[in-house]
Amino acid sequence: MGALMVIFSLQTKQRRKMTDSVEDELELSAARHRPEALEQLEAQTRFSRKELQILYRGFKNECPSGVVNEDTFKEIYSQFFPQGDASTYAHFLFDAFDTDHNGSVSFEDFVMGLSILLRGTVQEKLNWAFNLYDINKDGYVTKEEMLDIIKSIYDMMGKCTYPTLKEETPRQHVEIFFQKMDKNRDGVVTIDEFIDCCQNDENIMKSMQLFENVI
Amino acid sequence: MAAGVAAWLPFARAAAIGWMPVANLPMPIAPTNKNKHQDELIILNVSGRRFQTWRNTLDRYPDTLLGSSEKEFFFNEETREYFFDRDPDVFRSILNFYRTGKLHYPRYECISAYDEELAFFGIIPEIISDCCYEEYKDRKRENAERLMDDLEDNKDSKLPNMTFRETMWRAFENPHTSTMALVFYYVTGFFIAISVITNVVETVPCGYMPNQRDIPCGERYTEAFFCMDTACVMIFTVEYLMRLFAAPSRYRFMRSVMSIIDVVAILPYYIGLVMTNNEDVSGAFVTLRVFRVFRIFKFSRHSQGLRILGYTLKSCASELGFLLFSLTMAIIIFATVMFYAEKGSSSSKFTSIPASFWYTIVTMTTLGYGDMVPKTIAGKIFGSICSLSGVLVIALPVPVIVSNFSRIYHQNQRADKRRAQKVQKARLSRMRISKSGSSSAFLHSKRNGLNQSLELTGSLEEDQQLKKTTSLLESQHHHLLHCLEKTTNHEFVDERLYEQGYMQTALQNFPSQSPSLSSEEGITGTCCSRRTKKSMQPLSATHTHSHTHNLQELSALHIQCGERQALNTSRSSLNLMSDESGSLNCKSSGLVTTAIISIPTPPSNNSRASPDAPPPPNPDAPPLPNPGNDVVKISAL
Repeated sequence: MGALMVIFSLQTKQRRKMTDSVEDELELSAARHRPEALEQLEAQTRFSRKELQILYRGFKNECPSGVVNEDTFKEIYSQFFPQGDASTYAHFLFDAFDTDHNGSVSFEDFVMGLSILLRGTVQEKLNWAFNLYDINKDGYVTKEEMLDIIKSIYDMMGKCTYPTLKEETPRQHVEIFFQKMDKNRDGVVTIDEFIDCCQNDENIMKSMQLFENVI
Repeated sequence: MAAGVAAWLPFARAAAIGWMPVANLPMPIAPTNKNKHQDELIILNVSGRRFQTWRNTLDRYPDTLLGSSEKEFFFNEETREYFFDRDPDVFRSILNFYRTGKLHYPRYECISAYDEELAFFGIIPEIISDCCYEEYKDRKRENAERLMDDLEDNKDSKLPNMTFRETMWRAFENPHTSTMALVFYYVTGFFIAISVITNVVETVPCGYMPNQRDIPCGERYTEAFFCMDTACVMIFTVEYLMRLFAAPSRYRFMRSVMSIIDVVAILPYYIGLVMTNNEDVSGAFVTLRVFRVFRIFKFSRHSQGLRILGYTLKSCASELGFLLFSLTMAIIIFATVMFYAEKGSSSSKFTSIPASFWYTIVTMTTLGYGDMVPKTIAGKIFGSICSLSGVLVIALPVPVIVSNFSRIYHQNQRADKRRAQKVQKARLSRMRISKSGSSSAFLHSKRNGLNQSLELTGSLEEDQQLKKTTSLLESQHHHLLHCLEKTTNHEFVDERLYEQGYMQTALQNFPSQSPSLSSEEGITGTCCSRRTKKSMQPLSATHTHSHTHNLQELSALHIQCGERQALNTSRSSLNLMSDESGSLNCKSSGLVTTAIISIPTPPSNNSRASPDAPPPPNPDAPPLPNPGNDVVKISAL
């Protein structure tokens, strides 16, 4: 019994030490991220020098350390949707922006993502959207994944809507979506089905052009 | 929207691409950046000191002076800068607010000067960040109290229309209001003193009786003392009854401590009157006279300090409890030890552990009467340990109680705690209002119909005619929210309308009518909308169809009160429109009002009902009685 207690205390001490060192590491890494040089970013993205300057200033203002972690990301995104709960959708967005899956979005990730979304070809944009919907990144969008996404979008609306949100509204929306997209009726949407279908849909095409001149 | 994240708005809008494939409705047009000036530096000259910042930084807070067009009034044409004749030191904090989103209060600044600057630049002080907010509020409160002390003298003017009862109550609570009150105050004080002295003197032995025994004065001059007692009790009773009559809330008055003390003070007399000279109860009666000493507590009405002392003891209950508990522990321990140490010695006074309690208490409080002393060596050793530890145990909680008392005393010298609570509530509500400003701004702009020109298929010329009263940032933010509405096919409403709608849907669950139809009578429109019930714009047929066949589909419509159309033509134009969608668009040359029109789609009636896309089963879809008449329900948001 005494031996057990000793082992326990040792373990907790070790874990504490480990977490301490991990925390130290994180702090160090968080404090010191500098983006690549302006020229490199200019080459990699489709933004001009001035646009990159503006973007970086805004980015650094909100995240002085140079990287965004998920909580900050959620907080920032939630400020645009005061009436609802944007944290779930922000989580999916974060996963989509964090291309190397290291738990934080650096300025490069941010700017690459934006470059695709704002200056990319329609194909690239649709690719990005598919990547967003594909939560587990396996190449297929199932009904459950779509339901999660759509629920998170509805969450952003909040409670006070007209007409009032009902339980089955997201599910119906998913059904409509799958009817539209899932051509071979196999229950999942692949990237080709998705891109094909969107390209044939006038509405969606028009909407994609919507955010051309955001910067 | 917190302006600190204004820079992230482009990102939020870009992320909206994720909604596009999901949406079933066409998206509104994005607001165009008309004057696409690059972000420029502007110079703010404050009494000679030049501050420079980006224009966008100032635009983050459009409801302040620097963020709105109000600053144009201060623009100096020759020097091309904005000149403000204000304090440059305070301006530093204000400009930092724009930069960082946090407003700080510098401690060296005078509170009223700072307030003035904030008011000038249109910033509400409630958004001072938490690090400086307490300091700010403390200083403000001190200042206000200092000012209020000067006003105290003028406060005693009698308010008109006070009933007799209220006047009496005020006289009781504050004796300085009138001379009558002061007289009453002193008279009652005098009689309390008389009563207490009487009780004391009653027991003094005075004089001899023939049987050589001292008797107390009370028994010698029974009638005199009885008369005194009666007089005092009568005064007290009258006073109590008068207070009871004048109290605004009698129940609360009866529960208050002071009134309980009053009752306890006069009750023994009446009980004595009522009780007979029975042998059994006279013993109890005698003990009852002890309660007469409670009359001395009536003095607490006359003394603020006594009240504070009582309040302190009440608030230090936990410290007192700790003191008592630790003392009890120590007493038991030491008494046990002393008992067993002294057990051996003969003729020891430590006959039992409870008997040793007395020794322990006397030793620990360093009284040391000396009626019980240890005789054995072990007993003496433990006795000394006992006295040393007693000093420590008692000395520790006492400073806490003392500091508590001094704090409460100073607090009581100032305003009530209740005032602080009210301020906190006010602060929270103002912060909530300013935060909800963003969401209500969107609804407000919808009300003003600013979003209408942003319909994807509307004509673009109307943009120019719209007054761009919102900043570009705001219009972009509103566009984003509008896209979200379109994606989910639901609208943002404010609380009030949501409650209304909720109640109606709840009510309407019994008759199986769709809320849109039945709430025709329900949701009242403004006068404009009632007028517009009769008129409808010719509908432009050019709009894309949407996929939803939802009967509750809403869209916004421009209504121009000028052009009126006969109802039949409007009905026919209803039929002309392509059926599934209820999305209507029309040109407008004037901004009058926004109306929400819900058009239940008339699939059965319409000759051009498209057979290709039958409406999906909608559980709410009621059968349409006759879509021809009054299918249009207009509710103004």
